[in-house]
Amino acid sequence: MVLPSLVKNCLQLSCILRTPKAGFRSTTSGGLIIQSVSNDVYQNLAVEDWIHDHMDLENQQVLFLWRNSPAVVIGRHQNPWQECNLRLMRQKNIKLARRRSGGGTVYHDLGNINLTFFTTKKKYERMANLKLVVKALKALRPQLEVHVTERYDILLDRQYKISGTAAKLGRTTAYHHCTLLCNADKFVLSSVLKSPYKGIKSNATPSVSASVKNLFEEDPSLTCEMLLDAIAEEYATQHQTDHHITLINPTDETVLPGISNKTKELQTWEWLYGKTPQFSISTCFNMVYKDSVLDVKVDMDVKHGRIEACNIDLPEQWLPPALCSELVKNFAGSKFCPNETTTLATAFLRVCPQDDELHSRCSLLCENLIMLM
Amino acid sequence: VCIHHVRSCSSIRFVRPKYVCVFDKSAVKFSHQQRLFRTTAVSCGQIVQFKLSDIGEGITEVTVKEWYIKEGDSVSQFDSICEVQSDKASVTITSRYDGIIRKLHYNLDEIAFVGKPLVDIEIDASKGVAPEEDVVETPPMSHEEHTHQEIKGHKTLATPAVRRLAMENNIKLSEVVGTGKDNRILKEDILNYLAKQTGAILPPSPKAEIIPPLPKSETVPAAPKDKAHKIPVPVSRPIVFSGKDKTEPVTGFQKAMVKTMSAALKIPHFGYCDEIDLTQLVQLREELKPLAQLRGVKLSFMPFFIKAASLGLLQYPILNASLDENCQNVTYKASHNIGVAMDTEQGLIVPNVKNVQVCSVFEIASELNRLQSLGSAGQLGTNDLTGGTFTLSNIGTIGGTYTKPVILPPEVAIGALGKIQVLPRFNGKGEVFKAQIMNVSWSADHRIIDGATMARFSNLWKSYLENPASMLLDLK
Repeated sequence: MVLPSLVKNCLQLSCILRTPKAGFRSTTSGGLIIQSVSNDVYQNLAVEDWIHDHMDLENQQVLFLWRNSPAVVIGRHQNPWQECNLRLMRQKNIKLARRRSGGGTVYHDLGNINLTFFTTKKKYERMANLKLVVKALKALRPQLEVHVTERYDILLDRQYKISGTAAKLGRTTAYHHCTLLCNADKFVLSSVLKSPYKGIKSNATPSVSASVKNLFEEDPSLTCEMLLDAIAEEYATQHQTDHHITLINPTDETVLPGISNKTKELQTWEWLYGKTPQFSISTCFNMVYKDSVLDVKVDMDVKHGRIEACNIDLPEQWLPPALCSELVKNFAGSKFCPNETTTLATAFLRVCPQDDELHSRCSLLCENLIMLM
Repeated sequence: VCIHHVRSCSSIRFVRPKYVCVFDKSAVKFSHQQRLFRTTAVSCGQIVQFKLSDIGEGITEVTVKEWYIKEGDSVSQFDSICEVQSDKASVTITSRYDGIIRKLHYNLDEIAFVGKPLVDIEIDASKGVAPEEDVVETPPMSHEEHTHQEIKGHKTLATPAVRRLAMENNIKLSEVVGTGKDNRILKEDILNYLAKQTGAILPPSPKAEIIPPLPKSETVPAAPKDKAHKIPVPVSRPIVFSGKDKTEPVTGFQKAMVKTMSAALKIPHFGYCDEIDLTQLVQLREELKPLAQLRGVKLSFMPFFIKAASLGLLQYPILNASLDENCQNVTYKASHNIGVAMDTEQGLIVPNVKNVQVCSVFEIASELNRLQSLGSAGQLGTNDLTGGTFTLSNIGTIGGTYTKPVILPPEVAIGALGKIQVLPRFNGKGEVFKAQIMNVSWSADHRIIDGATMARFSNLWKSYLENPASMLLDLK
C-alpha cells in the first residue's frame, strides 16, 4: 500500500524532475539520471542520504552525477588522522568529509567525477555498474585500455587506478558510488593523502594506496562533461530510458524536504571526527628549548574523537610533576582537535604559576602536543 | 485470555523501570528479577535469535564496526542495530522485531557470519505477530493489532503501518501527539505532525469528528468547536510538551572559560565607566579607510582604541602589570600585548597584538586582520593567544552600552566598548549637535589599582580619541 506522504515525496521529485517531452512512460524498467548543480561535498553527500532514505526504488533506479570542489572524503569507519594530512588541509582550505559508505579515502576536486548507482537491495550489483562505466569509456574512446579489477577498481593501462568504489546498504535500498579521475590535481592529491601523524594504532579501515592517473593524461581531448555525458548515455540505453540529465539543487527543501538537516549533520564535528573508531597514539618527538634538545614521549587514547587518557614522559624535573599532571588532566575528555586543545592550553597557561621560565616551557610543550592533531 | 495476558505484561512493563533504578549494577541480577516475576505471573518474553541476513553479492562474512544499541536496550522494528562492513560496503542492519536486546554475539571488529545469530532479542509473546522473513517487502497492513512499544520508558501505541509511516519520514513516535484511544498514535497524527514540519496543507481528515473524548479533557482550552467544520482543530487537543532536559559534560571552550573565570573570581574587581565622543574619530577613519584599503588592510576603530590604550599605559604602567599568586610582588610588563576579545563559532577567544608600544596604527590594523582571519578559521596558535597584558573587548559590534567585563588573569585591567550611537549633545556654545557617542566600561584589580588611577587613565585615553590630532604629539 502506498502511503500518502511517501507518494507525495516521490511525486514531488518525479514531477519536478520529469521532462514534459517524456510523456507518460511505463516505469517498470525506469532509470532516472540526475546531476547536482552544487560543488559542495556535504550537500552532495546529503543528496545521496536523502535518496537512500526517501526514494522508492522498486520501479525506478537512479544514477546521480556529482563533482566537488577540493575535499578529502574518508570512508565510514576510517580514521582521518591516519588517512590524510589534516594540517595541510586546514591551511589550504580543503574540506574533510566522511561518507556513509565503507571503503577507503579519496581526494575530490572538479577534475574528478562521482557516480552513484541507486537500486533496491536486491538489485545491488557493483560489477555490473562498473562494467557499464567501462563500456561508456570505450564507446567514447575505443583506444582506451581500461578494465575492472576484482577489487572493484578501474585501471588504466593495467597499471593506474582511475576509479575507486564504495557502497552503502540499508534496509531496503542500496547505493554503489565510484570516482573517476579525469583531470584532478595529482600533486595536491598525493600531498593531502599522506598522513604526517605517527604512532597511530587503530582498527579503523586502512586505505590501500595506489598509483593514479588522469584520463586527461591519456587523451587531452577528454573533459569531465564528456565523460558524464557518455556514462549517462550508456545508463539510459541499458535502462531503456530517456537520455535526459535532470539537474537537482541540493539546497531546495521543496524538492528534497529535510535535506538541510542532513547537510548540517555531515558537517558536525561529531560525525567527521567523533565517528572515528577508538585509537591510540604512541609517539616521541624532540623539543628544542634554549640550548638543549629534549626527548618527549606521548601516549594518548582517543575515543569518539575525544582524549580519554593521556600520558607524557619528560626528562626528569623539566617540568614539576604536579604541574605536568595538572596539564594532562586539563585535556581529559576534550576533543582531539588543535583548536580546542589550544583554547584549553591558553586557559591553563593563564592560571598556572606565572614564573616566566615555567610558562615558556609549558607553552612549548602544549605547542608540540597540538602538532599531533 | 489474550487480552488478559496483555494487561499483565503491561503492568510488569510499568514496574520494570523502578527495578532498573534500584538494581542498576548487575545485568545478571536484573534478569533474575525479571524471570522471577515472569514465572509467577505470565510467560511474556521469548528470546529470538536475530540472524544476520544475506547482504548480496555472495558475501558470507562481515566485520562489525559499530553497535548502535547495547544489551538491555529496547528496540523497535526497523531501528538500526549495528553497522557492518564488507569489502568497501557499509551495511546498516536494522531490527526485525520489537523487543529488548538480550545479547550481542560479537564485539567490535569481530567477524560476523551471514546466517548466524547477530543479536538475541526478547520479544513480547503477546504480540501475536509472527516474525516475518522479509518484513520490508509487505508491511502487515492487514493486522490491525495494536502493538505496545516502549521508547525509553514512554509507552507509545501504534499499528505497524503507522510505525512504518513514521519511520519512513524520520519521525520519532515519542514526539507525536496521539489522538486515538489511550493516546494511540493514528495515521492522521503523523500526517498532522508532518504538515507542521513542512508547512504543507493536508486535506481535512474525514475521521476528525469521531475522535472519542480524551481522558484529560479538563486541561483542554475552551476553543469554540464548530461542529459544521470538518477540518480538525489542533487547539482542542491537550497540549503535550515532550521536550526533555539535556545534560552535557562541560568540555572544550566552555571548560576553558570555566577555568579562566573561576580564577578571575579571586580578583576584587571595581568598575569605572564613561562616555566618549567619537565624532572626530569617525570622520578621521572615513578618510583613512580607503588608504588602508589600498594597502590591503581593513581599518576598523579597534586599531585606534588599541593604540590610544597603549599611549595611556605608558603614563599609567600599573595597568599593564601582573600580581603574583601570593600578592607579594607586582611585575610591570615592558611589552604592551593588548588582547582583543573575539567571538567565534566555538566560543570566546582572546588573541593579542604584541608590542603595541612600537607599532603604528596601520601595523596594528594589519595584525588585527591576520588574527581575525585565523580566529574565524579556528587556526590561532598558543603564541597569539598567550602573553597578553591588557585586554579590550568590543562587545558594541554586537550591541550594548555599559557592561561589567571580567579581568582575564594574569592581567589586572580590562575595557569593554559599547556600540556607537548618534545622540544629541551640547557643544561649548550651548548648542545641540549630533554626536557619535560610545560608552566604555573598565574593570580593574582593586588590590593594586585604585579608582583615581583608573579614572585618570580613562580620561587620557578618552582625550586621545575625542581629539585624535593630540595622539600625534605622543606617538612613538
